[in-house]
Amino acid sequence: MGFLTEYVIPHFNFWIYVILLMIGLYAMITKNNLIKKLIGMSIFQTAIILFYVSLAAKEGARIPILTGDVLYAEKKLHAVVEEGGGKEAVGPQITQISQIEASAVAEDEEEEEVGEELLSYGKNFGEELDEGAVGHDHLGLIDPDAYANPLPHVLMLTAIVVGVATLGVGLAIVQMIYREYGTIEEKEILEKVKEGEGKYG
Amino acid sequence: MKIFGLLAVLVTGGLLISAVVDFPDFGDPHSPANAGVVATHFVEKTYEETHVPNMVTAVLADYRGYDTMFETVVIFTGGIAIIAILQGIGLGRRRGAVPTPPRADGDHHDIIVGTTCRILIPVIQLFALYVVAHGHYSPGGGFQGGVILGASFILWAIARDLDAGLARMPERRFLVLGAVGIFIYAAFGWGAQFLGANFLDYSILHKVMPGTGPVMARYHSMLGVEVGVAFTVTAIMFAIYAHLSTRGKLEGGL
Repeated sequence: MGFLTEYVIPHFNFWIYVILLMIGLYAMITKNNLIKKLIGMSIFQTAIILFYVSLAAKEGARIPILTGDVLYAEKKLHAVVEEGGGKEAVGPQITQISQIEASAVAEDEEEEEVGEELLSYGKNFGEELDEGAVGHDHLGLIDPDAYANPLPHVLMLTAIVVGVATLGVGLAIVQMIYREYGTIEEKEILEKVKEGEGKYG
Repeated sequence: MKIFGLLAVLVTGGLLISAVVDFPDFGDPHSPANAGVVATHFVEKTYEETHVPNMVTAVLADYRGYDTMFETVVIFTGGIAIIAILQGIGLGRRRGAVPTPPRADGDHHDIIVGTTCRILIPVIQLFALYVVAHGHYSPGGGFQGGVILGASFILWAIARDLDAGLARMPERRFLVLGAVGIFIYAAFGWGAQFLGANFLDYSILHKVMPGTGPVMARYHSMLGVEVGVAFTVTAIMFAIYAHLSTRGKLEGGL
Protein backbone atom coordinates (compact mmCIF):
# COMPACT_ATOMS: atom_id res chain seq x y z
CA MET A 1 0.00 0.00 0.00
CA GLY A 2 2.81 2.36 0.87
CA PHE A 3 4.45 1.69 -2.46
CA LEU A 4 1.20 2.45 -4.27
CA THR A 5 0.51 5.79 -2.57
CA GLU A 6 4.12 6.90 -2.60
CA TYR A 7 5.35 5.88 -6.04
CA VAL A 8 2.46 4.93 -8.30
CA ILE A 9 -0.44 7.32 -7.68
CA PRO A 10 1.45 10.66 -7.72
CA HIS A 11 3.29 9.57 -10.88
CA PHE A 12 0.53 7.62 -12.60
CA ASN A 13 1.06 9.55 -15.85
CA PHE A 14 4.67 8.36 -16.03
CA TRP A 15 3.64 4.77 -15.29
CA ILE A 16 1.14 4.84 -18.14
CA TYR A 17 3.76 6.27 -20.47
CA VAL A 18 6.30 3.60 -19.49
CA ILE A 19 3.76 0.79 -19.98
CA LEU A 20 2.67 2.11 -23.39
CA LEU A 21 6.32 2.52 -24.36
CA MET A 22 7.03 -1.09 -23.36
CA ILE A 23 4.09 -2.34 -25.44
CA GLY A 24 5.37 -0.42 -28.46
CA LEU A 25 8.95 -1.57 -27.97
CA TYR A 26 7.85 -5.21 -27.55
CA ALA A 27 5.89 -5.05 -30.80
CA MET A 28 8.84 -3.50 -32.63
CA ILE A 29 11.28 -6.14 -31.37
CA THR A 30 9.32 -9.40 -31.49
CA LYS A 31 6.63 -9.07 -34.15
CA ASN A 32 7.40 -10.65 -37.51
CA ASN A 33 4.89 -8.69 -39.53
CA LEU A 34 6.33 -5.37 -40.72
CA ILE A 35 2.96 -3.59 -40.43
CA LYS A 36 2.70 -4.75 -36.82
CA LYS A 37 6.19 -3.33 -36.25
CA LEU A 38 4.97 0.01 -37.60
CA ILE A 39 1.93 -0.14 -35.31
CA GLY A 40 4.37 -0.71 -32.44
CA MET A 41 6.34 2.32 -33.56
CA SER A 42 3.16 4.42 -33.51
CA ILE A 43 2.30 3.24 -29.99
CA PHE A 44 5.87 4.14 -28.95
CA GLN A 45 5.47 7.63 -30.44
CA THR A 46 2.13 8.09 -28.70
CA ALA A 47 3.74 7.16 -25.38
CA ILE A 48 6.38 9.87 -25.86
CA ILE A 49 3.70 12.42 -26.79
CA LEU A 50 1.70 11.48 -23.68
CA PHE A 51 4.83 11.88 -21.57
CA TYR A 52 5.53 15.40 -22.83
CA VAL A 53 1.93 16.59 -22.62
CA SER A 54 1.50 15.23 -19.09
CA LEU A 55 4.62 17.18 -18.05
CA ALA A 56 2.82 20.38 -19.08
CA ALA A 57 -0.16 19.78 -16.81
CA LYS A 58 -0.62 21.96 -13.73
CA GLU A 59 -3.16 21.32 -11.00
CA GLY A 60 -6.23 23.48 -11.65
CA ALA A 61 -4.70 25.24 -14.66
CA ARG A 62 -6.48 26.21 -17.86
CA ILE A 63 -5.38 25.77 -21.46
CA PRO A 64 -2.70 28.34 -22.38
CA ILE A 65 -5.03 30.77 -24.15
CA LEU A 66 -5.97 34.13 -22.66
CA THR A 67 -9.73 34.71 -22.65
CA GLY A 68 -12.43 36.80 -21.04
CA ASP A 69 -11.59 39.37 -18.38
CA VAL A 70 -7.86 38.72 -18.40
CA LEU A 71 -7.65 39.28 -22.14
CA TYR A 72 -9.79 42.43 -21.86
CA ALA A 73 -7.67 43.86 -19.04
CA GLU A 74 -4.44 43.05 -20.90
CA LYS A 75 -5.79 44.68 -24.07
CA LYS A 76 -6.74 47.84 -22.17
CA LEU A 77 -3.39 48.05 -20.44
CA HIS A 78 -1.42 47.57 -23.65
CA ALA A 79 -3.54 50.14 -25.46
CA VAL A 80 -2.43 52.58 -22.76
CA VAL A 81 1.18 51.42 -23.02
CA GLU A 82 1.21 51.91 -26.78
CA GLU A 83 -0.53 55.28 -26.60
CA GLY A 84 2.00 56.49 -24.05
CA GLY A 85 4.86 55.22 -26.16
CA GLY A 86 6.67 53.61 -23.26
CA LYS A 87 6.41 52.19 -19.81
CA GLU A 88 7.37 55.52 -18.19
CA ALA A 89 4.12 57.02 -19.43
CA VAL A 90 1.92 54.22 -18.15
CA GLY A 91 1.73 55.52 -14.57
CA PRO A 92 0.01 58.85 -15.27
CA GLN A 93 -2.21 57.14 -17.84
CA ILE A 94 -3.45 54.64 -15.31
CA THR A 95 -3.93 57.48 -12.81
CA GLN A 96 -5.98 59.29 -15.43
CA ILE A 97 -8.13 56.24 -16.12
CA SER A 98 -8.79 55.80 -12.42
CA GLN A 99 -9.57 59.54 -12.15
CA ILE A 100 -12.20 59.22 -14.85
CA GLU A 101 -13.61 56.16 -13.16
CA ALA A 102 -13.50 57.88 -9.77
CA SER A 103 -15.32 60.97 -11.00
CA ALA A 104 -17.97 58.78 -12.59
CA VAL A 105 -18.50 57.11 -9.25
CA ALA A 106 -18.39 60.42 -7.36
CA GLU A 107 -21.35 61.80 -9.30
CA ASP A 108 -23.41 59.79 -6.93
CA GLU A 109 -22.73 61.72 -3.68
CA GLU A 110 -23.20 58.74 -1.42
CA GLU A 111 -20.33 56.98 -3.07
CA GLU A 112 -17.90 59.87 -2.84
CA GLU A 113 -15.77 57.97 -0.39
CA VAL A 114 -15.44 55.05 -2.73
CA GLY A 115 -14.45 57.42 -5.52
CA GLU A 116 -11.69 58.97 -3.41
CA GLU A 117 -10.39 55.56 -2.48
CA LEU A 118 -10.23 54.59 -6.12
CA LEU A 119 -8.47 57.84 -6.96
CA SER A 120 -5.80 57.39 -4.32
CA TYR A 121 -5.30 53.77 -5.41
CA GLY A 122 -4.82 54.87 -8.99
CA LYS A 123 -2.40 57.63 -7.96
CA ASN A 124 -0.34 55.36 -5.77
CA PHE A 125 -0.25 52.69 -8.41
CA GLY A 126 0.74 55.14 -11.12
CA GLU A 127 3.53 56.59 -8.98
CA GLU A 128 4.85 53.19 -8.08
CA LEU A 129 4.86 52.21 -11.71
CA ASP A 130 6.65 55.46 -12.56
CA GLU A 131 9.37 54.80 -10.02
CA GLY A 132 9.79 51.29 -11.35
CA ALA A 133 8.82 49.86 -7.96
CA VAL A 134 6.29 47.62 -9.69
CA GLY A 135 6.64 46.15 -13.12
CA HIS A 136 4.15 44.76 -15.55
CA ASP A 137 4.59 41.38 -13.87
CA HIS A 138 3.07 42.73 -10.68
CA LEU A 139 -0.15 43.82 -12.27
CA GLY A 140 -1.32 40.37 -11.35
CA LEU A 141 -3.11 39.87 -14.64
CA ILE A 142 -1.36 36.74 -15.81
CA ASP A 143 -0.53 34.13 -13.22
CA PRO A 144 1.81 31.48 -14.66
CA ASP A 145 0.32 28.84 -12.38
CA ALA A 146 -3.13 29.41 -13.86
CA TYR A 147 -2.18 28.33 -17.39
CA ALA A 148 -0.77 25.03 -18.60
CA ASN A 149 2.81 25.12 -19.85
CA PRO A 150 2.61 25.92 -23.60
CA LEU A 151 6.09 24.69 -24.53
CA PRO A 152 5.52 20.87 -24.45
CA HIS A 153 2.27 21.39 -26.36
CA VAL A 154 4.17 23.18 -29.13
CA LEU A 155 6.81 20.46 -29.32
CA MET A 156 4.19 17.71 -29.55
CA LEU A 157 2.04 19.63 -32.03
CA THR A 158 4.81 19.43 -34.59
CA ALA A 159 5.82 15.92 -33.48
CA ILE A 160 2.36 14.54 -34.25
CA VAL A 161 2.34 15.81 -37.84
CA VAL A 162 5.95 14.76 -38.40
CA GLY A 163 4.93 11.35 -36.98
CA VAL A 164 2.28 11.05 -39.69
CA ALA A 165 4.89 11.84 -42.37
CA THR A 166 7.41 9.32 -41.01
CA LEU A 167 4.69 6.67 -40.68
CA GLY A 168 3.86 7.33 -44.33
CA VAL A 169 7.50 6.77 -45.31
CA GLY A 170 7.49 3.51 -43.29
CA LEU A 171 4.33 2.30 -45.05
CA ALA A 172 5.82 3.20 -48.44
CA ILE A 173 8.92 1.13 -47.68
CA VAL A 174 6.73 -1.82 -46.58
CA GLN A 175 4.78 -1.54 -49.85
CA MET A 176 8.02 -1.67 -51.82
CA ILE A 177 9.18 -4.72 -49.84
CA TYR A 178 5.86 -6.44 -50.55
CA ARG A 179 6.18 -5.59 -54.24
CA GLU A 180 9.67 -7.10 -54.28
CA TYR A 181 9.17 -10.24 -52.17
CA GLY A 182 5.42 -10.80 -52.10
CA THR A 183 5.35 -10.94 -48.31
CA ILE A 184 5.72 -8.68 -45.30
CA GLU A 185 6.68 -11.42 -42.83
CA GLU A 186 10.24 -10.79 -41.72
CA LYS A 187 11.25 -14.48 -41.58
CA GLU A 188 9.97 -15.22 -45.08
CA ILE A 189 11.75 -12.15 -46.44
CA LEU A 190 15.03 -13.27 -44.85
CA GLU A 191 14.64 -16.76 -46.35
CA LYS A 192 13.97 -15.31 -49.77
CA VAL A 193 17.01 -13.06 -49.46
CA LYS A 194 19.15 -16.12 -48.57
CA GLU A 195 17.80 -18.03 -51.56
CA GLY A 196 18.78 -15.13 -53.78
CA GLU A 197 15.29 -14.12 -54.74
CA GLY A 198 14.29 -10.53 -55.30
CA LYS A 199 16.36 -7.63 -56.49
CA TYR A 200 18.55 -7.43 -53.42
CA GLY A 201 18.92 -11.19 -52.85
CA MET B 1 13.74 -15.10 -29.65
CA LYS B 2 10.56 -13.70 -28.12
CA ILE B 3 11.98 -14.33 -24.64
CA PHE B 4 14.98 -12.14 -25.41
CA GLY B 5 12.72 -9.41 -26.75
CA LEU B 6 10.55 -9.57 -23.65
CA LEU B 7 13.66 -9.46 -21.46
CA ALA B 8 15.02 -6.37 -23.24
CA VAL B 9 11.63 -4.64 -22.94
CA LEU B 10 11.35 -5.46 -19.23
CA VAL B 11 14.88 -4.18 -18.53
CA THR B 12 14.15 -0.93 -20.41
CA GLY B 13 10.84 -0.52 -18.62
CA GLY B 14 12.43 -1.23 -15.25
CA LEU B 15 15.14 1.38 -15.82
CA LEU B 16 12.53 3.96 -16.87
CA ILE B 17 10.32 3.19 -13.86
CA SER B 18 13.28 3.51 -11.49
CA ALA B 19 13.97 6.96 -12.96
CA VAL B 20 10.32 7.99 -13.02
CA VAL B 21 9.72 7.66 -9.27
CA ASP B 22 12.07 10.62 -8.73
CA PHE B 23 10.08 12.80 -11.14
CA PRO B 24 7.85 15.63 -9.86
CA ASP B 25 4.25 14.73 -9.07
CA PHE B 26 1.61 14.91 -11.79
CA GLY B 27 0.16 18.43 -12.08
CA ASP B 28 2.84 20.06 -9.93
CA PRO B 29 2.92 23.73 -11.03
CA HIS B 30 6.40 24.19 -9.55
CA SER B 31 8.13 21.29 -11.29
CA PRO B 32 11.34 22.30 -13.12
CA ALA B 33 9.62 22.01 -16.50
CA ASN B 34 6.71 24.27 -15.49
CA ALA B 35 8.47 26.81 -13.27
CA GLY B 36 11.55 27.31 -15.44
CA VAL B 37 12.49 30.69 -16.85
CA VAL B 38 11.45 29.84 -20.41
CA ALA B 39 8.03 28.37 -19.59
CA THR B 40 7.04 31.22 -17.26
CA HIS B 41 8.28 33.79 -19.76
CA PHE B 42 6.04 32.31 -22.44
CA VAL B 43 2.99 32.46 -20.19
CA GLU B 44 3.60 35.93 -18.76
CA LYS B 45 5.11 37.83 -21.67
CA THR B 46 3.57 36.35 -24.81
CA TYR B 47 0.65 38.75 -24.90
CA GLU B 48 2.84 41.73 -24.13
CA GLU B 49 5.39 40.86 -26.80
CA THR B 50 3.18 39.55 -29.59
CA HIS B 51 -0.49 40.39 -28.75
CA VAL B 52 -1.46 36.79 -29.49
CA PRO B 53 -3.73 35.37 -26.76
CA ASN B 54 -2.99 31.75 -27.75
CA MET B 55 0.45 31.13 -26.29
CA VAL B 56 0.89 27.86 -28.16
CA THR B 57 0.55 29.61 -31.52
CA ALA B 58 2.94 32.38 -30.47
CA VAL B 59 5.59 29.96 -29.25
CA LEU B 60 5.13 27.78 -32.35
CA ALA B 61 5.33 30.45 -35.02
CA ASP B 62 7.45 33.11 -33.36
CA TYR B 63 9.67 32.08 -30.45
CA ARG B 64 10.40 28.67 -31.96
CA GLY B 65 10.12 29.77 -35.58
CA TYR B 66 13.21 27.89 -36.72
CA ASP B 67 11.93 24.65 -35.21
CA THR B 68 8.54 24.96 -36.88
CA MET B 69 10.02 25.94 -40.23
CA PHE B 70 12.23 22.89 -40.37
CA GLU B 71 9.47 20.62 -39.05
CA THR B 72 7.56 21.78 -42.11
CA VAL B 73 10.60 20.94 -44.21
CA VAL B 74 10.65 17.47 -42.59
CA ILE B 75 7.01 16.92 -43.60
CA PHE B 76 7.79 18.05 -47.15
CA THR B 77 10.84 15.78 -47.26
CA GLY B 78 8.71 12.91 -45.95
CA GLY B 79 6.24 13.43 -48.79
CA ILE B 80 9.03 13.59 -51.36
CA ALA B 81 10.58 10.42 -49.90
CA ILE B 82 7.29 8.53 -50.24
CA ILE B 83 6.95 9.63 -53.86
CA ALA B 84 10.57 8.68 -54.56
CA ILE B 85 10.23 5.24 -52.94
CA LEU B 86 6.92 4.27 -54.51
CA GLN B 87 7.60 5.63 -57.97
CA GLY B 88 10.96 3.88 -57.91
CA ILE B 89 13.09 6.91 -58.64
CA GLY B 90 16.73 5.88 -58.73
CA LEU B 91 16.03 2.13 -58.68
CA GLY B 92 16.05 1.64 -62.41
CA ARG B 93 13.16 -0.16 -64.08
CA ARG B 94 10.08 -0.72 -61.97
CA ARG B 95 9.69 -4.41 -61.26
CA GLY B 96 6.02 -4.54 -60.37
CA ALA B 97 6.18 -8.15 -59.07
CA VAL B 98 2.67 -7.80 -57.71
CA PRO B 99 0.18 -6.48 -60.24
CA THR B 100 -2.35 -3.93 -59.10
CA PRO B 101 -5.68 -5.59 -58.43
CA PRO B 102 -8.22 -4.92 -61.19
CA ARG B 103 -10.70 -2.19 -60.47
CA ALA B 104 -14.16 -3.15 -59.43
CA ASP B 105 -16.64 -3.13 -62.26
CA GLY B 106 -19.27 -0.47 -62.66
CA ASP B 107 -19.06 3.23 -62.00
CA HIS B 108 -17.80 4.66 -58.76
CA HIS B 109 -20.43 7.34 -58.52
CA ASP B 110 -22.63 6.15 -55.71
CA ILE B 111 -25.37 8.76 -55.44
CA ILE B 112 -25.80 8.72 -51.66
CA VAL B 113 -22.08 8.88 -50.88
CA GLY B 114 -21.48 11.45 -53.60
CA THR B 115 -24.27 13.76 -52.48
CA THR B 116 -23.27 13.51 -48.83
CA CYS B 117 -19.70 14.44 -49.72
CA ARG B 118 -20.78 17.32 -51.91
CA ILE B 119 -22.66 18.80 -48.96
CA LEU B 120 -20.07 17.89 -46.33
CA ILE B 121 -16.81 18.82 -48.01
CA PRO B 122 -17.43 22.59 -48.31
CA VAL B 123 -18.26 22.66 -44.59
CA ILE B 124 -15.08 20.73 -43.75
CA GLN B 125 -12.98 23.05 -45.89
CA LEU B 126 -14.57 26.16 -44.40
CA PHE B 127 -13.87 24.78 -40.93
CA ALA B 128 -10.28 24.08 -41.95
CA LEU B 129 -9.82 27.69 -43.07
CA TYR B 130 -11.37 28.86 -39.79
CA VAL B 131 -8.94 26.69 -37.82
CA VAL B 132 -6.00 28.18 -39.74
CA ALA B 133 -7.18 31.78 -39.48
CA HIS B 134 -8.42 31.61 -35.88
CA GLY B 135 -5.26 30.02 -34.50
CA HIS B 136 -4.43 33.25 -32.66
CA TYR B 137 -7.54 33.13 -30.47
CA SER B 138 -8.50 29.48 -30.13
CA PRO B 139 -6.84 26.07 -30.44
CA GLY B 140 -5.76 25.84 -34.04
CA GLY B 141 -3.16 26.91 -36.54
CA GLY B 142 -1.43 25.81 -39.69
CA PHE B 143 -0.77 22.17 -38.84
CA GLN B 144 -4.28 21.41 -37.60
CA GLY B 145 -6.08 23.36 -40.32
CA GLY B 146 -3.80 21.89 -42.98
CA VAL B 147 -4.57 18.35 -41.88
CA ILE B 148 -8.33 19.03 -41.94
CA LEU B 149 -8.08 20.60 -45.40
CA GLY B 150 -6.01 17.64 -46.64
CA ALA B 151 -8.59 15.28 -45.14
CA SER B 152 -11.35 16.92 -47.17
CA PHE B 153 -9.47 16.13 -50.41
CA ILE B 154 -8.80 12.59 -49.20
CA LEU B 155 -12.52 12.17 -48.41
CA TRP B 156 -13.40 13.18 -51.98
CA ALA B 157 -10.85 10.72 -53.35
CA ILE B 158 -12.25 7.91 -51.17
CA ALA B 159 -15.89 8.69 -51.92
CA ARG B 160 -15.45 8.76 -55.71
CA ASP B 161 -12.10 7.38 -56.83
CA LEU B 162 -8.57 8.72 -56.92
CA ASP B 163 -9.10 10.24 -60.38
CA ALA B 164 -11.82 12.49 -58.94
CA GLY B 165 -9.43 13.56 -56.19
CA LEU B 166 -6.61 14.11 -58.66
CA ALA B 167 -8.90 16.24 -60.82
CA ARG B 168 -9.12 18.67 -57.91
CA MET B 169 -5.53 18.26 -56.77
CA PRO B 170 -3.29 16.98 -59.59
CA GLU B 171 0.19 15.65 -58.89
CA ARG B 172 1.84 18.79 -60.17
CA ARG B 173 -0.38 21.01 -58.04
CA PHE B 174 0.27 19.30 -54.73
CA LEU B 175 3.99 19.22 -55.32
CA VAL B 176 4.04 22.93 -56.14
CA LEU B 177 1.72 23.73 -53.22
CA GLY B 178 3.98 21.88 -50.79
CA ALA B 179 7.02 23.82 -51.94
CA VAL B 180 5.12 27.14 -52.00
CA GLY B 181 4.14 26.67 -48.35
CA ILE B 182 7.77 26.41 -47.26
CA PHE B 183 8.65 29.31 -49.54
CA ILE B 184 5.99 31.49 -47.85
CA TYR B 185 7.45 30.61 -44.47
CA ALA B 186 11.01 31.30 -45.58
CA ALA B 187 9.93 34.54 -47.27
CA PHE B 188 9.00 36.01 -43.89
CA GLY B 189 12.45 35.04 -42.64
CA TRP B 190 14.19 36.50 -45.67
CA GLY B 191 12.08 39.65 -45.42
CA ALA B 192 13.31 40.16 -41.87
CA GLN B 193 16.89 39.49 -42.97
CA PHE B 194 16.57 41.90 -45.88
CA LEU B 195 15.46 44.67 -43.52
CA GLY B 196 18.50 44.11 -41.32
CA ALA B 197 17.22 41.85 -38.52
CA ASN B 198 17.84 38.18 -37.84
CA PHE B 199 16.16 35.42 -39.86
CA LEU B 200 12.50 35.08 -38.76
CA ASP B 201 12.71 38.14 -36.47
CA TYR B 202 9.29 39.40 -37.52
CA SER B 203 9.18 42.62 -35.49
CA ILE B 204 11.31 44.44 -38.08
CA LEU B 205 8.65 43.72 -40.72
CA HIS B 206 6.55 46.64 -39.44
CA LYS B 207 8.58 48.75 -41.86
CA VAL B 208 6.85 47.09 -44.81
CA MET B 209 3.46 46.49 -43.13
CA PRO B 210 1.53 49.74 -43.14
CA GLY B 211 -0.29 50.59 -39.96
CA THR B 212 1.52 48.18 -37.66
CA GLY B 213 4.03 48.52 -34.89
CA PRO B 214 6.77 46.04 -34.05
CA VAL B 215 4.34 44.05 -31.90
CA MET B 216 1.52 43.84 -34.44
CA ALA B 217 4.06 42.97 -37.14
CA ARG B 218 4.83 39.80 -35.20
CA TYR B 219 1.09 39.13 -34.84
CA HIS B 220 0.43 39.40 -38.57
CA SER B 221 3.61 37.57 -39.62
CA MET B 222 2.54 34.60 -37.51
CA LEU B 223 -0.69 34.35 -39.51
CA GLY B 224 1.30 34.40 -42.76
CA VAL B 225 3.63 31.72 -41.51
CA GLU B 226 0.69 29.54 -40.41
CA VAL B 227 -0.83 29.86 -43.89
CA GLY B 228 2.46 28.62 -45.35
CA VAL B 229 2.47 25.65 -42.98
CA ALA B 230 -1.16 24.88 -43.90
CA PHE B 231 -0.29 24.81 -47.62
CA THR B 232 2.52 22.32 -47.12
CA VAL B 233 0.59 20.07 -44.73
CA THR B 234 -2.50 19.99 -46.99
CA ALA B 235 -0.46 19.10 -50.04
CA ILE B 236 1.69 16.47 -48.37
CA MET B 237 -1.24 14.77 -46.60
CA PHE B 238 -2.99 14.32 -49.93
CA ALA B 239 0.26 13.25 -51.63
CA ILE B 240 0.83 10.56 -48.98
CA TYR B 241 -2.71 9.23 -49.43
CA ALA B 242 -2.58 9.31 -53.23
CA HIS B 243 0.71 7.44 -53.43
CA LEU B 244 0.12 4.90 -50.67
CA SER B 245 -3.34 3.94 -51.97
CA THR B 246 -2.12 3.30 -55.52
CA ARG B 247 1.42 2.01 -54.91
CA GLY B 248 2.79 5.15 -56.50
CA LYS B 249 0.95 4.67 -59.81
CA LEU B 250 -1.62 7.43 -59.15
CA GLU B 251 -4.35 5.52 -60.96
CA GLY B 252 -7.15 3.29 -59.80
CA GLY B 253 -6.65 3.08 -56.09
CA LEU B 254 -9.39 2.42 -53.60
